[in-house]
Amino acid sequence: MSTIPNFAPAAAEILLLALVSLVLVIDLYIDQARRALTYYLSQGTVLLTVLVLVNHVNTAPVFTFSNMFVDDTLGRVLKVLVLLTVSVVFAYGRQYAEERDMLKGEFFSLILFATLGMMVLISANHFLTLYLGLELLALAQYALVALQRDSARATEAAMKYFVLGALASGLLLYGMSMIYGGTGSLNLQEVAQGLASGRVDHVVASVGLVFIVAGLAFKLGVVPFHMWIPDVYEGAPTAVTLFIGSAPKIAGVAFFVRMLGEGLAPLAHDWQQMLVLLAVVSMALGNITAIAQTNLKRMLAYSTISHMGFVLLGILAATQQGYAAATFYISTYTLMALGAFGVMLLLSRAGFEAEQLNDYKGLNKRNPWFALIMLLVMISMAGIPPSVGFFAKLSVLRAALDAGYTWLVVVAVLLSLIGAFYYLRVIKLMYMDEPEDTSPIGGDLDVRVLLSVNGLAVLLFGILPQPLLSLFNHAVVQSLR
Amino acid sequence: MSATKALLLLIPLAPLFGALLAGLFGRAIGRTGAHLATILGVATALGAALVVANMVFAQGFRYNENLYTWLSIGTLQLNVGFLIDPLTATMMVVVTFVSLMVHIYTIGYMHEDPGYQRFFSYIALFTFAMLMLVMSNNFLQLFFGWEAVGLVSYLLIGFWFTRPTAVYANMKAFLVNRVGDFGFLLGIGMVLAYTGSLDYTTVFGFAQGLGGSMVTLIPGHAWSLMTVICILLFIGAMGKSAQMPLHVWLPDSMEGPTPISALIHAATMVTAGIFMVSRMSPLFEMSATARSVVLVIGATTALFMAFLGIIQYDIKRVVAYSTLSQLGYMTVALGVSAYPVAIFHLATHAFFKALLFLGAGSVIHAMHHEQDMRHMGGLRKHLPITYWTAVVGSLALAGIPPFAGFYSKDLIIEAVQASHAAGSEYALFAVMAGVFITAFYSFRMLFMTFHGDERMDHHTREHLHESPWVITLPLVLLAIPSLLSGLMGVQPLVFGDYFGSAIVLGPDSPVLELRKEWEGVLHFTLHGMTALPFFLALSGIALSAWMYLLRPDVPAAIKARMGGIYTLLDNKYYFDRFNEVVFAGGAQVLGGGLFRIGDQTIIDGGLVNGSAALVARGAGLIRRLQTGFLYNYAFMMIFGVFALLTIWLFKA
Repeated sequence: MSTIPNFAPAAAEILLLALVSLVLVIDLYIDQARRALTYYLSQGTVLLTVLVLVNHVNTAPVFTFSNMFVDDTLGRVLKVLVLLTVSVVFAYGRQYAEERDMLKGEFFSLILFATLGMMVLISANHFLTLYLGLELLALAQYALVALQRDSARATEAAMKYFVLGALASGLLLYGMSMIYGGTGSLNLQEVAQGLASGRVDHVVASVGLVFIVAGLAFKLGVVPFHMWIPDVYEGAPTAVTLFIGSAPKIAGVAFFVRMLGEGLAPLAHDWQQMLVLLAVVSMALGNITAIAQTNLKRMLAYSTISHMGFVLLGILAATQQGYAAATFYISTYTLMALGAFGVMLLLSRAGFEAEQLNDYKGLNKRNPWFALIMLLVMISMAGIPPSVGFFAKLSVLRAALDAGYTWLVVVAVLLSLIGAFYYLRVIKLMYMDEPEDTSPIGGDLDVRVLLSVNGLAVLLFGILPQPLLSLFNHAVVQSLR
Repeated sequence: MSATKALLLLIPLAPLFGALLAGLFGRAIGRTGAHLATILGVATALGAALVVANMVFAQGFRYNENLYTWLSIGTLQLNVGFLIDPLTATMMVVVTFVSLMVHIYTIGYMHEDPGYQRFFSYIALFTFAMLMLVMSNNFLQLFFGWEAVGLVSYLLIGFWFTRPTAVYANMKAFLVNRVGDFGFLLGIGMVLAYTGSLDYTTVFGFAQGLGGSMVTLIPGHAWSLMTVICILLFIGAMGKSAQMPLHVWLPDSMEGPTPISALIHAATMVTAGIFMVSRMSPLFEMSATARSVVLVIGATTALFMAFLGIIQYDIKRVVAYSTLSQLGYMTVALGVSAYPVAIFHLATHAFFKALLFLGAGSVIHAMHHEQDMRHMGGLRKHLPITYWTAVVGSLALAGIPPFAGFYSKDLIIEAVQASHAAGSEYALFAVMAGVFITAFYSFRMLFMTFHGDERMDHHTREHLHESPWVITLPLVLLAIPSLLSGLMGVQPLVFGDYFGSAIVLGPDSPVLELRKEWEGVLHFTLHGMTALPFFLALSGIALSAWMYLLRPDVPAAIKARMGGIYTLLDNKYYFDRFNEVVFAGGAQVLGGGLFRIGDQTIIDGGLVNGSAALVARGAGLIRRLQTGFLYNYAFMMIFGVFALLTIWLFKA
């Protein structure tokens, strides 16, 4: 083994770090009038990183930094998705941030550092790397929520998020230390080998597993570790909610797949049952509570909770098919979340947040095109064909069914039926009610085009789902054993 | 992409392209643009289909490949693919040829209609859907084509959507077809459940091993799996191919413009069921019970729908009932395992029935949209081309040699005679009697329309003139195969091994016997001219000549004497009344009951308001969990960990 590690597998992360630092420094010398430069530099940073990632894809996983870091197809696919999501977040959020005096260097550099954290998390092959990525992401997110320092609502949300996040990190670390105590290693493959050998005491392994699952569940926002989600979604500025609700979910699923699917695979029988419990309560609580909401951001927060329950259906199958289905689900969910928050950002303007459900009354009369986009996003979230959300649900349900959880699939379908109600209510408000507000809808041309593409993609991938499905199948097969 | 693949793709996609152009940009490209785009598309498809057919028959070309995987989840693969064999090639040529004729005809027939571009867009779209249906190599794509042609049929029956009758008719067609499609979908579901695949080749291969399988649908009763699957699939065919008792939509579909009556409701779409059963011959050959069901339903349709043709005065309805009856003949052929004969009759029928419909359309066009034959008569002088082509069509329909219908219909009768299937005696009687009645009503129509006194009003007579060339050219072009396709086709299609492995014939299929019995076309023709069906047809013609040319007072006298039977026929055996009273009425009573008891009391009162109250209470409770206090949130998390730990430590 050479003393100098192989840096090539982490080229994208290294590039991103260098460019973010550069953006941070350049931004110090830009006055507020020319802040657009920071926006373009940040977009450039993201797109350059994407180029590096797609430039070369290994067919087999490559390990580096003493096996702490892995570069595989699944990782690359997820990283590209995260980066593209971040790029869309910048585009959608820019005008909103500008109108609220948030368009500062911090907005961009915090999101970019969070992105770096996600990329590290996705590529982690070691408990420490996982934790490093997680904290880098989380710390940036806490600060982002508190970006509007003067808003009491935002600072309260940030405070809650921070304390609960610290608690979750503590749980996670405690679980990791138990597993470390049992197996004597922090490396995912070695942990798996140690657990598979049967030398580890079952109580130690069980305690460790429970704490790790709790930490993971917090990250994804699964009941009963979901309490932060509604408050943070509502409290954070919408542009930040857009970010928190999209890209980190992809990283969260990668976290699950790496941790449970690779490191703790020998304990699959135990964590499958834990996830069954968590999935059922998440889908139930998310869907039922969402019905009672009058605030669209809170409604989407509860909808997220139920969607994460569906993602767990794929993961708990503990098969390659299941992991592929879960990653497919989370990508489509991200697409839908971007669309929903995108419409919300488009409708909002200085002094008006467009976050109440009643703000969507009669949208069809005000702007039929974006009402249609919102309609597509809503039917996709409800899982109605021919939208991509239908195929996402179909694939996780199929994976759970093939893994033998027939009753769970029935429960999930029934709960998604309940969930359809509140998505359809948005459509009803948009199409059947009279508008209360008739002010014109703004938005830059690029945002309008991007949002249209976003909404139509929900439909397009619903009619032709196979390319995406194949992509994730391929990535999972090449990356996981 | 290989040249073959491109050629095959061209066949369905060229009409689709034309349809999109005419449909989406109809206003921009204008009327001429719309008909040019669609006609070019369909003509391209015909050309490509002819090339492919030539490859199939001259070089033994076969093709079975998936072109695109639409979806694969787990082990389930949903593909788009083509299967090209003699059966497909025959259907492709028939569909594209008749479609092209109808396209050309439409230029003349619809030239005053404001929905000109929309009409062209629909019929080109139909051609695409029908081609996808016949070229499919799997059940899913078959179902796609099946539903797509149904959709276009719905759109076209209601083409004149301001007429209440047209809207009623298209709703009726749609609803009746839903009944059939429900069975069809269940059949496809059974196929998928028991074979794990939707691909024809895989399913047919797998089916061989399922011959003895039983399935229990109602506890205590086991049925043969193949019988259940075949009957379910056939229910689909009954809807689309209008077999009793799902035939009620077809006569009403005549509310649509005449060109689509010819294309969709006579020549192509309604034969989709016949095609589907032939395609599924490996499955149907495994269940004699299912074939007997097919046989009896087909025979009943063939005979009883022919009776209805006798009393109609609407020229299109006569042709519509003759279509129903002829579809019954095809179904009879399927029922006795004579699949090649069914396809043969399908092809000849497509030509002569399209000819008769378009001829009727030409008459209607000349008569300024008058359809009642009591107001026609003596049109022979005014519409000579239409008259002579209608004579060809009627002779073909009546089954007079050497016209096309003679060969295909006589073969069906011979096949039924040679068959030993349960119900074949009844079927033989039905098809024999049907010959006489068919000949009678087809010439009744010819005589009432073209011969005798001119019964139209003065104004109409002044304006009578032969239709323009775009209408008469398709008539002439369709008259040629109506005359020749039987003579030319009988040798290869039935006596030769034309279909090869595309159609599976069981050991007791009468087709094998027919092949032994007849030495050639001439032998068959000469025998046919001395056999009973020929004399039945001749006497049918003679009787109608006597009644409608020599003694026009006779029909009225019969009508007065036979009041009961006439009323029965006039009410179409009360099928519509039955459906209205039992199904529609029953559904209303049931719906009303369900609405009061089920909806208002249980669902609204209990489930909706109850569950809404429950959800509201639940949501209220959960909301109380969401206190906003940090320590409550932290407690919730700790509680979660504690609960999980308790469960797992107890288990360990």
